[in-house]
Amino acid sequence: MKSLLSKQSLKKLGGILFLTALVELMTGGPGQQLTPNLGLKLSFGERVSYFGLFVTQRWLVFLTLGLIIFVLSSVTWRNGSPVKYVRGTVSGFSKYVPRNKYARALFIVALVVLVFLMPTFVSNAYWRAAMVEQVAIYVLLALGLNVVVGFAGLLDLGFVAFYAIGTYTTAWITGSLPLAPPFHHALNPFWAIPIAIAIAMASGILLGAPTLRLRGDYLAIVTLGFGEIIAVLANNLFSVTGGATGTNQIPHFSFHVGPFSYLWGLDPVPYYYLVIGFTILFFIAFHFLNESRIGRSWTAIREDEVAAESIGINPLKFKVMAFAIGAASAGFAGVITAGQNNFVTPDMFTLQFSINVLVLVIFGGMGSITGVSLGAVVVQVVTMQLDHNPPSGFIPQDLFMYLGALLVVMMIFRPAGLFPAKRRHREFGQASQGIGHGNEVLMGETNE
Amino acid sequence: MLNFFSSHWSILQAQFWSLLVIGLANGFIYAMVAIGYTLVYGVLRLINFAHSEVVMSGAFGGYFALRETLGSTIPNGVSSIGYVMLGAVVGALVGALVATFVERVAYRPLRKRNAPKIAFLISAIGASYFLVNLAGKEFGRYNTVLPQPYVNKTAFTFLGAQVQTYYLVIVVFAMIMLVVLDRFVAKSRLGRSIRAVAQDAETASLMGVNIDRTIGLTFIIGGALGGVAGFMIALNTGAIYTMGFVPALKAFTAAVLGGIGNLRGAVLGGLLLGVVESMSVAFVNPAFIDVVAFGILVLVLLFRPTGILGERLGRTA
Repeated sequence: MKSLLSKQSLKKLGGILFLTALVELMTGGPGQQLTPNLGLKLSFGERVSYFGLFVTQRWLVFLTLGLIIFVLSSVTWRNGSPVKYVRGTVSGFSKYVPRNKYARALFIVALVVLVFLMPTFVSNAYWRAAMVEQVAIYVLLALGLNVVVGFAGLLDLGFVAFYAIGTYTTAWITGSLPLAPPFHHALNPFWAIPIAIAIAMASGILLGAPTLRLRGDYLAIVTLGFGEIIAVLANNLFSVTGGATGTNQIPHFSFHVGPFSYLWGLDPVPYYYLVIGFTILFFIAFHFLNESRIGRSWTAIREDEVAAESIGINPLKFKVMAFAIGAASAGFAGVITAGQNNFVTPDMFTLQFSINVLVLVIFGGMGSITGVSLGAVVVQVVTMQLDHNPPSGFIPQDLFMYLGALLVVMMIFRPAGLFPAKRRHREFGQASQGIGHGNEVLMGETNE
Repeated sequence: MLNFFSSHWSILQAQFWSLLVIGLANGFIYAMVAIGYTLVYGVLRLINFAHSEVVMSGAFGGYFALRETLGSTIPNGVSSIGYVMLGAVVGALVGALVATFVERVAYRPLRKRNAPKIAFLISAIGASYFLVNLAGKEFGRYNTVLPQPYVNKTAFTFLGAQVQTYYLVIVVFAMIMLVVLDRFVAKSRLGRSIRAVAQDAETASLMGVNIDRTIGLTFIIGGALGGVAGFMIALNTGAIYTMGFVPALKAFTAAVLGGIGNLRGAVLGGLLLGVVESMSVAFVNPAFIDVVAFGILVLVLLFRPTGILGERLGRTA
């Protein structure tokens, strides 16, 4: 009992009660326009029935829960909480992949076949659309951002800008913007792919070259600003982008080569195959890129830029390269989205989007291609489920609150992600012992 | 290009002094927010991405304070000053509270573990995003108009510029707070510990400075100033959950412009940015004003990343 009232223990109690109050707020009712404190009132004062057994005020329930957690944690978890940052070995996805070369190949083939057969398992119209627009595309985007954040260790918060550049380029090439297209004919979106990639890459280089020489956090804020600026431009340059209403004239993908011709239409399934095909290409390309000399250079720069420079790696060159590759894949994803949706408006391009993609990368495990893909699928499917079939009291917009919290929680407990890349995992462990570039940030006294 | 630029020299000639007043008032707000960035940067060498939410929460703090106390009539004279002070104090308290929350939750656990820099940036952006959306949920995703604590009218005319009460309030409050802060950091024992940690944290801790407490203090000071700034912004435009983003981005530009880590630099940068931005309506289509600040940020980073006064971590002022 004495230990329960010690200073340290009371501090812990304060922390636990604060967090429960926060959860209470997060799960409580929303505020309204004329009564902004309604949210507070509902969160703390509302009487709720629990399991039909008893009816009581929310705050009483949460207070009790907090106290129970506190007592439990003091009694049973003497040596600190069981939930904590693990420094040990990797227990990622690779554990489940067979070691044998042939078994491994078989495993991968089975996985790919499963992905290709997915539309036959999914019959619900909502999920058929979501599968393409919200899952497959986001896997592609996450793979692209992973090159920047995971491989090169740069934080890009304006990923949406390159995505926007991709969509608007498609609209331009296909002759659906007020700005005259560069060619006489309105072309189909396939032609936009190389052009959008080139423009996205060029803008990535233009933005990255000046800012990548500076400290990493400058890049983060400049990209953040860039994302916002692109939206402002898209909204206001009427004669180029069509302003706030954008355009809804973008044609579907199609090809006519000799006797073969095909037109993608409103059905999401053909688009699913289109996206999956490209995603697999990107997946393979990024895998080999990571294993190549370039990938090793990125690792070296990420771990210790000065040391990398001293062995003849030009950090700026490789950082710009990573940035441009990330931009290119976002631009590419933009083309697909434009072709499928047929429309583009500036409000598709919000900070929300960039953060969403960042969450996918962090959740899966930055630097791990498989991890990021799996993470993206998991997060997006959960998101879509919540959107489609929200639990009572849950507004779809609240989702972003949970995504933000997820970022913080991941960074505290599992910075290398759910399916960590081996190399990345080791880096986070080493940093905690003062190896690598981690000690740039001030370390507090450890009183634990 | 297109309708991006608009050349109206006549506007600049006719309204130079008005634009200057508006620019200075905005500049003081940027300066107050920029102090938060610069202080945290000084001790942690990190940009506090969650600072925009500190600004936003200060606005809501001030809103609730005024809503609970103000009657239906708009007060006058001395009582106006009292109400503004009340709003500012509550805004500062809430701002400091939120900043402390961010430090405790998003920074301290990582600091204990000596996590790589990117982990700090990600957890800070996560905290920021969390707070925005929590505020959106709690207060509704609408613009909330603040009850006015004073009648906004032309207080006096200065060289043809009509100086409104609102601008007067901003300038007076900001000047008092900035001067107090400057003296506090330069003279007091706590201020000295902030400077010591900014110069060399390890040595400072050997000299008996409590690093954790000092870092907490910088967040509190920055948060309080940011909160007041948020309240001041909201007096004019109302409070909405996303209101922190743009002022914070501009304040960051101001901090870099003046030299990040440099307190006086942050003030100088803020004022300069405010005035340049306000004057630029003569050359740039008003819809693109936000682009101007961003352009300045990129230019400064390109040509003088250390800012006008240079990065002076840990020296007086």
